[in-house]
Amino acid sequence: MTAGITIAADELTTGDVVAAGHFPLTRDSLVRYAGASGDFNAIHYRDDVAASVGLPGVLAHGMLTMGLAVQPVVDWIGDPGRVLDYQVRFTRPVLVDPVEGAELVVSAKVGKVDAEAGTVRIDLTVTFNGDTVLGKAQAVVSLAPAPSVV
Amino acid sequence: MNPELVGRVFAPTPAYLVGREKVREFSAAVFATSPLNTDVEAARAAGYADVVAPPTFAVVVQEHTLKQLLSEPDAGIDFLRVVHGDQRFTFTRPIVAGDELTATLNVASIKSLGGHSMVTAESTIVDATGAHVVTATSTLVVRGDE
Repeated sequence: MTAGITIAADELTTGDVVAAGHFPLTRDSLVRYAGASGDFNAIHYRDDVAASVGLPGVLAHGMLTMGLAVQPVVDWIGDPGRVLDYQVRFTRPVLVDPVEGAELVVSAKVGKVDAEAGTVRIDLTVTFNGDTVLGKAQAVVSLAPAPSVV
Repeated sequence: MNPELVGRVFAPTPAYLVGREKVREFSAAVFATSPLNTDVEAARAAGYADVVAPPTFAVVVQEHTLKQLLSEPDAGIDFLRVVHGDQRFTFTRPIVAGDELTATLNVASIKSLGGHSMVTAESTIVDATGAHVVTATSTLVVRGDE
C-alpha cells in the first residue's frame, strides 16, 4: 500500500493555489519548538536577551517558520516522505508578542511541473502582518506515491 | 572568518538514533497533522518501517555539525553575530523512527560581502548502512564589526 494521492501533471497549472494555512504562534509555541529541536537560543524566549542583542523582542525560530510552512503541502499530497527537496531564505524576522502572539499565513502555489521527473515545485508565500518572511521558499514533491519506501 | 575552513575534513558526528516519541514531539512543534508523522499503523500501511519525520526534522541531526563548525578553534565565528541566511534539505528518502544517522560537515564556501561573511555549510546525513538519506545545507551570515 502507498500513501497519499496521485496527482496528474496535466491537472496542474503554474500559479494554481493548491494549499493554504494559518498558524497562530504564541510564546508557548516557541518554547515547544525549542525543546523539540534542541535550539535553546534565548532570543526565542527571553525579551531581555533579545533586547541585549538589539532585537525589538522575542523572535520565532526561523526553522519553526520553515517547518510549519511546508505542512499544508504535506497535507495536500498526504505523505511527508514525498517532499524531495525543500529550501527557504529567511528574509524578515517574526516577532512574537507575549500576549497577542503572531499569526503566520501560508499560501502554496504551483511553481513548475516536471512531468518527466514526476515532480512539481511548489512555491510558498509566508506572511506575518502582511509582509513576507521567507524568500525563495520552494518544495519539490513527487506527484505519485513512491514505488518503494523505507 | 578563516577562509581555510573551506574543504577541511570534519569527523562524522556520533550516531543519532531517531526516536518515535521525538518524531511525535517534533511533529507537534511544527504543527504537522499528517497521521504518518505520529501513527505507526498509518506509517506502516503506507510502506514505512515506522513513523515518518517532518522534512525539517533533519535539522536536529545537522545541528551537531554546525556546533562543530562554530567551535572550531580557528574559525573566528562569534556565535552572537551569526544569523541564519538560508536553509535547504535534499532528500534521497525521508527520515523514519529507528534510523541511526550520522552527519558529516563540509564547508562549501566562505564569501565576504561588505564587512559580513557568508559561510555555506553542507551536512551529509547517512543511515547505519552508509546510504544517503538527506543533505542539509545552511548559509550562515556572520555580521562584521559595526
